[in-house]
Amino acid sequence: MLSRPLFRFVRDDRRINFMRGRHMGLIVSAVLSIASVILFFQPGLKLGLDFRGGIIVEAQTPGPADFGKLRAALDHAGIHPDAVQAFGSPRDVRISINAPEGADREAQTQKLVDGVKNAISAAEPGTQVLRADAVGASVSSELFRDGLLALGFSLAMILVYIWVRFEREFAISAVVTLILDLTKTIGFLAITRFEFDLVMVAALLTILGYSTNDKVVVYDRIRENLRKYRTMPLRELLDLSINETLNRTLGTSMTVFLAALPLALFGGSTLTGFATVMLFGIVVGTSSSIFIAAPLLLLMGEKRLRKETNAG
Amino acid sequence: MMYYSRLRLLGVAGICLIGVLLCLPNFLRSPTPSLPWRQIHLGLDLRGGSYLLLQLDLKSLEHDRLQSLQDQVRQTLLDHSLGYRDFVRDDASASLSFAPRSDAERAAALKAMQSLPPVVPNEFTTSEKDGRIVLTLQHEAMLARAREAVAQSIEIVRRRIDATGAIDPSIAREGDDRIVVELPGVSDPERIKSLLGTTARLTFRLLAPNPSVASPGSTMLEDESMHTQVAVQDHVDVDGTDLTNAGAVIDQQSGGWAVTFQLNSAGATAFANVTRANVGKRFAIVLDNKVIEAPNIISPITAGNGQITGGFNARSASDLALLLRAGALPAPLSVVEQRTIGPSLGAASIRAGIISLLTGLLLVIVFMVLFYGRFGLYADIALFANLILMVGILSLFQATLTLPGMAGMLLTLGMAVDANILINERIREEVKRGRGPLQALQAGFDRATGTIIDSNATAFLAHVMLFVFGTGPVRNFALTITIGIVTTLFTTLLLSRLLVVRWYALARPKELPV
Repeated sequence: MLSRPLFRFVRDDRRINFMRGRHMGLIVSAVLSIASVILFFQPGLKLGLDFRGGIIVEAQTPGPADFGKLRAALDHAGIHPDAVQAFGSPRDVRISINAPEGADREAQTQKLVDGVKNAISAAEPGTQVLRADAVGASVSSELFRDGLLALGFSLAMILVYIWVRFEREFAISAVVTLILDLTKTIGFLAITRFEFDLVMVAALLTILGYSTNDKVVVYDRIRENLRKYRTMPLRELLDLSINETLNRTLGTSMTVFLAALPLALFGGSTLTGFATVMLFGIVVGTSSSIFIAAPLLLLMGEKRLRKETNAG
Repeated sequence: MMYYSRLRLLGVAGICLIGVLLCLPNFLRSPTPSLPWRQIHLGLDLRGGSYLLLQLDLKSLEHDRLQSLQDQVRQTLLDHSLGYRDFVRDDASASLSFAPRSDAERAAALKAMQSLPPVVPNEFTTSEKDGRIVLTLQHEAMLARAREAVAQSIEIVRRRIDATGAIDPSIAREGDDRIVVELPGVSDPERIKSLLGTTARLTFRLLAPNPSVASPGSTMLEDESMHTQVAVQDHVDVDGTDLTNAGAVIDQQSGGWAVTFQLNSAGATAFANVTRANVGKRFAIVLDNKVIEAPNIISPITAGNGQITGGFNARSASDLALLLRAGALPAPLSVVEQRTIGPSLGAASIRAGIISLLTGLLLVIVFMVLFYGRFGLYADIALFANLILMVGILSLFQATLTLPGMAGMLLTLGMAVDANILINERIREEVKRGRGPLQALQAGFDRATGTIIDSNATAFLAHVMLFVFGTGPVRNFALTITIGIVTTLFTTLLLSRLLVVRWYALARPKELPV
């Protein structure tokens, strides 16, 4: 059984003419990304507690939750939640309150979270608090800034590294492709209404890292082939490189996909969103390595890349 | 080279063995206390507990410093027999200013101000403006003071939390002016929040000659026992820093709760002097700018101990005693972020996390064998070693493992396979080009190595950035991946290669299983 691999994605001698579909690929990608940018503004992302500030208390009541009673108890305590909703089982209640306004809002936020806990424990004795989070407004805006900063610096590092290791055309088309990937993922977030929080920033960055990894492998092969076949037209050469690395591209995507799949299915509330976005990102990242990154290179570097390698 | 020297072989095996040893403390109990027994800590999201982010009140620190600087300036001018008029303290611009009595004294006054000792370097600037001398506190210096204050506060916060009996708390600085407190197993942090939210600055000061109106050198404070306002002198006679002990007791006379305190010898002397000189007058016991009580001084108190009765109950008396024993915070702290995970949710998360981690691992292992045969199996062995090394290094650093960290581990394993896939595909290509097994192996490994290093280096850089700029869960995620990239390079470039080479040396196959 071990003497031969049992499966392959594509036969080794298969040559698919990817470059033929390059205009189609670029147009579809551009349209999807533009649509995503529109979705980002309208309806926009559903910001999680980390970035929005405010309070979330999740509790489990001993019996099926009586929402009317809980609302009345909160009202009695002078707390006006923005949402009291069920999640998971009928015993699970989630109470969320937006960050209070005003000068004293940090202290108010902290007082509210204790108020909510006390009110619901009094209304439904035996209630277990599963989670109680309170994030002040100043902290949430800082977290947001730091998250964006991390994202921006990571992109910049990738740009610099590819620029140093490869050539300018490679670096620019890689970063353009990554930005296209990123916008689509944000569009996906806007449609699925997953909460955008710190963990999601981590997911976006992982997608970026993974997608970069994928592009670097294909570019590496293109660079190698540029030296090997000095007279081959760039278009043919790109096709050859993609085909040669196709089994690897699909193989790696498959393993990462398989690793993330169980997390998306039964990872629990924190990880499900994270892993689902990862799965989406893997699909987008893999397809953009084939249909976007290389065609962009063709578009940008047809003359320059060939000339330089001829000279060198 | 396709040849592994004995030394290299031992090296690779040794590192794997060390990895296994480093993992052990997570599963076994320490045999003797002398052995360093380093474990991975479970994050609060996995074990349940509370996370509090405390913010130091910079404004109050500035205000306090301005107050003491004002005393210093007045005293210095007095010592040099220099006169002044129109002394202004402006909290908004953090500055003090005054006009010298005459132009003749201007230069001397300026010189005296410039020779004032700063608490931290470049604490304030001295300048002249419109005939006035202006001292302005510098923001940078105040931040330096805040860092010092945070360091002191961490000590005090630790003492207060230890006194509540919380198990295994972690207290750390974050940034210039924040403290992170993690309390595993504490699912109701309300009491700790209120303990930490109290500055507990206890002072003993005399009441102003006319306690119903504020006069220069005194401030109106709220009297909690009488529910009125009372003018208390700004000058502090005895400070809570001179306390050596405090305890909650039942007052023999009234039968209510009271807090007793004991002063050190310096405090006792000061207390004796003040009470001796002011018999018959009232002095105020002030806690955080609120008067707890303001009794008459009946006779000098020389023993350096006393009792505070201020309408306490059992809880508030023992809390105040606890706060006094732990010491006052240099500036008020306020909670700006709280996250509490109940124990049942933590247990559910860890179960879900581990199940999906194992399932993902299993899927990857099966995939590798199906798609890459024998070399896939070797990749799986390398993957397993990778997991052990990651857990080992995390244990060595006593790192915290959170749910995002677990996801990072899983993703590392998915990505680690990539290196093996690259090598296998490369070997396969070389075989197709008609090379013999040995040449194909060698060329495959050598050519794939460059690609593997390139792709891992970009991922490494991106995640280091994430670690540097990220916070909380993002940091933990980035840490596991960064460690994972290092272990991946080791296991793929050295270990799985070693396995293939050993197999080739023993089996001498005519063709490769690719």
